[in-house]
Amino acid sequence: MVDVTPADAVPPAEVGEMELYHPHSWWTKYVFSQDAKVIAIQYSATATSIGLVALVLSWLMRLQLGFPGTFDFITPEAYYQFITMHGMIMVIYLLTALFLGGFGNYLIPLMVGARDMVFPYVNMLSYWIYLLAVLVLVSSFFAPGGPTGAGWTLYPPQAIMSGTPGGQDWGIILMLSSLILFIIGFTMGGLNYVVTVLQGRTRGMTMMRLPLTVWGIFTATVMALLAFPALFVACVMMLLDRTLGTSFFMPAISEMGEQLPHNGGSPILFQHLFWFFGHPEVYIVALPAFGIVSDLISTHARKNIFGYRMMVWAIVGIGALSFVVWAHHMYVSGMNPYFGFFFATTTLIIAVPTAIKVYNWVLTLWRGDIHLTIPMLFALAFIVTFVNGGLTGLFLGNVVVDVPLSDTMFVVAHFHMVMGVAPIIVVFGAIYHWYPKVTGRMLDETLGRFHFWVTFLGAYLIFFPMHYLGLMGVPRRYAELTDMTIMTESAHHLNSFISIMAFIVGFAQMVFLFNLIWSIRHGREAGGNPWRATTLEWQTPQTPPAHGNFGKDLPIVYRWAYDYSVPGAKEDFIPQNVPGAFAPSREPA
Amino acid sequence: MAIALVLVLIVVGSVLFHFLSPWWWTPIASNWDYIDNTIIITFWITGAVFAAVVLFMAYCVFRFRHREGNRAAYEPENKRLESWLTIVTAVGVTSLLVPGLFVWSRFVTVPSDATEIEVIGQQWQWSFRLPGKDGKLGTSDTRDVSADNPLGVIPGDPNGQDDVVVEAADLHLPVGKPVKVLLRSIDVLHDFYIPEFRAKMDMIPGSVTYFWFTPTRTGSFQVLCAELCGQGHPLMHGMVMVDTEQDYLAWLGQQQTFAQLSTPQKTGSADQTPDRTMPSGLKVAAQLETVGSR
Ligand code: HEM
Ligand SMILES: [Cu+2]
Ligand SMILES: [Cu+2]
Repeated sequence: MVDVTPADAVPPAEVGEMELYHPHSWWTKYVFSQDAKVIAIQYSATATSIGLVALVLSWLMRLQLGFPGTFDFITPEAYYQFITMHGMIMVIYLLTALFLGGFGNYLIPLMVGARDMVFPYVNMLSYWIYLLAVLVLVSSFFAPGGPTGAGWTLYPPQAIMSGTPGGQDWGIILMLSSLILFIIGFTMGGLNYVVTVLQGRTRGMTMMRLPLTVWGIFTATVMALLAFPALFVACVMMLLDRTLGTSFFMPAISEMGEQLPHNGGSPILFQHLFWFFGHPEVYIVALPAFGIVSDLISTHARKNIFGYRMMVWAIVGIGALSFVVWAHHMYVSGMNPYFGFFFATTTLIIAVPTAIKVYNWVLTLWRGDIHLTIPMLFALAFIVTFVNGGLTGLFLGNVVVDVPLSDTMFVVAHFHMVMGVAPIIVVFGAIYHWYPKVTGRMLDETLGRFHFWVTFLGAYLIFFPMHYLGLMGVPRRYAELTDMTIMTESAHHLNSFISIMAFIVGFAQMVFLFNLIWSIRHGREAGGNPWRATTLEWQTPQTPPAHGNFGKDLPIVYRWAYDYSVPGAKEDFIPQNVPGAFAPSREPA
Repeated sequence: MAIALVLVLIVVGSVLFHFLSPWWWTPIASNWDYIDNTIIITFWITGAVFAAVVLFMAYCVFRFRHREGNRAAYEPENKRLESWLTIVTAVGVTSLLVPGLFVWSRFVTVPSDATEIEVIGQQWQWSFRLPGKDGKLGTSDTRDVSADNPLGVIPGDPNGQDDVVVEAADLHLPVGKPVKVLLRSIDVLHDFYIPEFRAKMDMIPGSVTYFWFTPTRTGSFQVLCAELCGQGHPLMHGMVMVDTEQDYLAWLGQQQTFAQLSTPQKTGSADQTPDRTMPSGLKVAAQLETVGSR
């Protein structure tokens, strides 16, 4: 039963250590830094800033939906611009950048016992190109015609036509350019994460001793490297359609009585390319969250993660399967309806490894020693929202059930629960967990608990009732909910309620931001390993870790990442770099 | 400890909300009650799983919360338990998938006696075309769209001459007769969605998509566009009236054919609905104007 973690067999060092590039000036230390930890903070700060824009946009949309006709400045045009920028920022520029560029950069080298990423210079470029992508995106707010209002899916022909905000102005051009830049930047970082995990691990750190956080980020990165190219070509082709008048996605069109000079293109080809990227993208933000939450639960329940090997295979299996389910976003797109049989089957198969992960999380709680710290609370909240959102996925994945629900508020509720709220909640838990390592200080506990309760309960109250509006038939992406015969008076009241909850949840995020900034100076001193955790990032000689992470000698790994409450051991955790027998129950410490 | 209690309340609250809240689907008006039944099955299975997982968590949090001197158990894996859970999940998922695919095969198999009608979407209005006496719709091409031929029926196709054209007005259908809806767009993606019929399908410029249904009760039902199609999208409403056979025939008798419409001088343009001469989308565009300047 315990063959997971042989404690012997530490292979000899095969290659000598290489000297890192050491910064010589303030600029190369804090700005054009090649240190993955600094890059991580740059990524996180940029992602959080742009994420705030997306949050504000969500309030504006909720103002319109909750109190239709009250706010003159929210025209349909503006609403579609808000929705598009909100969706795209949240998915790509916030979550993808934060999980991979932020957490990936900070945690991968530390957790695998490396001094830095394998290609530090390329890693630095990755951030600066990401920043450029964000700036190009933001510039569209100020461009003539404003940002694109095509929806985050950017479906042509509408995306590049005059009936859509930004379609014949700058909006769509800037959006596509920004995405292209983002993908270039991501690829540079992504190659780094993959190679570092494969080649940069310290002695003794076998793949099957990696913390699940690393497995999650690693698998997500491999997926992103395979999925983003599809979006890349789609963006390039659409850019050509828009600027040079090619017809990759443009059939013959009569727009407002005028024949457009396009012919022969296929709008549905774009949808296939988009979702070939877009579905894996859902898991690109979910898998790091899965990994991180596994480690949070294990650490704060003082218990090994249940079924580690199964968890690894589930992550890899979900990653692989997620490349053959993309067309479940297209059941009613007009593609050949017989595709539905295939894609419904693959989609429901994915539910099995996903369910296994959930079981293993809750079974880790079973007979644990659960410390209800803030990271643990967020981990529990994640399970609730993720299970809820995952289960509604079984509605939408089951092709015929999707027919009435597709493109309604049910979908909006589902994906917010599963890929909006659930991963963001993990981000919060992770920040409360690793902030002490990054800054040396704890976040304030009282503010943290306030933030937790309002965010968790508020988000549930926003998105749980919303499913029922979709069941009623209220479509998504409706800037005007007037003259809808299916909507009862009470449905409008429900919308107002949801909006008010959204403002409250938004306010709680301001408290969180305040906590982040305030605690840098005023937080309680954390020490090197406040959670008494086993993984290598907590065993660094300095906190925050210095450039090079581990002082003179790299740690040597003797055990897996989950030796909590080992029977007979004195402490209830044994760090990965502590040598010695695995099961001290036979030889008490 | 609050969290254990809250977890229980979330389960209880969600279940109560499901059964007691006034928000639910609209009364059905088509043969697709199969879909409703599949949804109900899905609600039961997923609801049970949700309750089980969250209540189990609540129990664990309560029972195994940290107290002085507690120590967690050490159990890396448990092959038997893991295989059992995998099998049970696979069975659960299959019991959702099988009825789902069964109903889907009905959804994609159009009965041979279904009448073909055509729905045309454009920014931002709905038009319709019904086959004339020959029972056949004439072919169409977006490049033939013009002010006189707003739906792009190919003028040379004899099958198209007697087609009934309903531009930017309500569609009528006889109750109890299966219809196959052919969907076409002349500009961007749209989606023909009637909540009471439980069915929808995108329309794609350059292709013809379809679905079928049988209206099961008379009444008027709002058509909503369910695919983002530009700024007029939320105002792209239409109306389908399901009539008794006599009412339907009476309505049909008042409609004009393609041939009549394309030679307006002969039929007397004074009788025509004023809508017809309005450039497409202008109504919604005007409405947008008022929305914008509110
Ligand atoms: C409490 C926080 C949030 C609120 C109140 C909120 C609100 C909204 C609203 C009102 C819409 C438009 C719905 C419609 O009319 O169709 C929307 C769309 C969307 N949201 Fe959020 N959202 C939140 C957080 C997030 C997060 C964290 C994500 C990250 C995945 C996200 C991703 C999206 C996406 C992808 C869309 C679809 C955009 C489109 O239809 O093109 N949202 N959100
Ligand atoms: Cu439309
Ligand atoms: Cu539309």
